[in-house]
Amino acid sequence: MVNPQMVMYEEEFNQIQTVVDRLVREANAKVVFIVDKNGQLIAASGEVDNIDTTSLASLTAGNIAATGGIAKLLRENEFATQFHEGEKANIHIQLVGNRVILVVIFDSKSSLGLVRLRVRKASDELNRIFEALLSKVQEPGGDSPFAEITDEDIDNLFND
Amino acid sequence: MSFINYMAREINCKIVYYGPGLCGKTTNLQYIYERTNPEAKGKMISLATETERTLFFDFLPLSLGEIRGFKTRFHLYTVPGQVFYDASRKLILKGVDGVIFVADSQMERLEANQESVENLRTNLAEQGYSLEKIPYVIQYNKRDLPNVVPVEELRALINPMNVPDFEANARSGTGVFDTLKAVSRLVLNELRRGG
Repeated sequence: MVNPQMVMYEEEFNQIQTVVDRLVREANAKVVFIVDKNGQLIAASGEVDNIDTTSLASLTAGNIAATGGIAKLLRENEFATQFHEGEKANIHIQLVGNRVILVVIFDSKSSLGLVRLRVRKASDELNRIFEALLSKVQEPGGDSPFAEITDEDIDNLFND
Repeated sequence: MSFINYMAREINCKIVYYGPGLCGKTTNLQYIYERTNPEAKGKMISLATETERTLFFDFLPLSLGEIRGFKTRFHLYTVPGQVFYDASRKLILKGVDGVIFVADSQMERLEANQESVENLRTNLAEQGYSLEKIPYVIQYNKRDLPNVVPVEELRALINPMNVPDFEANARSGTGVFDTLKAVSRLVLNELRRGG
């Protein structure tokens, strides 16, 4: 592979989910989710049933990619924080460790100040978890479940 | 870069449709969207201009089914084909697992196809990928039109590596799924070798 794969294990997933669940409560948020920079949803919490998280994940990642492109043109490293204010909903987007994106959607029950404060704390925790995850992924000897897949397995996917 | 989630038992892969402006990248996605069962697809998103030209990307999430107990999910993206959107094209190639090059078979677009393949090669290299190594297939689109270049000629010009290639008419759907299946197969094979 050209790039290392992004891998998520149960242990780290549970740690991330704990942080995300707590952030929903502490920031009075409607929805909190985490996306990797390629637009894959990693974790979500809050009122997620009413929301298309897959689309949101892809658009958020596109947004961060575009902003990153602008930063590069201005010789900035990154614009790590974005905030969009709507009539009812607001969205706070934070790049964590230049690897994942933390998104908080909130309404008038919360405030930008509170969200910022709580996001800062959660970002530090998430950064530590993702760093640990990354070093775990890079350890040799982890067997991929896909090393064993056969041509037949792949063919079966396409039997309409 | 595929994403393996052991917790959700999912593999996520990113496929990018590349090619010159108006070659039919968005049309490929629209056909796939129309012909896929509701439970296997998510919403299709198009970030387009008022004249329906792709501005940033189109996005379509697809579930293909399970492999060894893992759900396989493919995220399909198109790039904007117009030459001046090059900065956006580079961004969309980030983290790509497989590329479909959609060529416009019409005589007058021959040069545009060649330029676009070169642009793909350059932009992939900037991200640290090489066209020789990444799962890559080619689709010769618009075969139904009268003024098309013979496939042999197209092949000689834009497929010197002899990657899997398909004739298509994305509007009617001919060749659309064959192309997608071929690249998906290569991506999964890569996962097996590289995992």
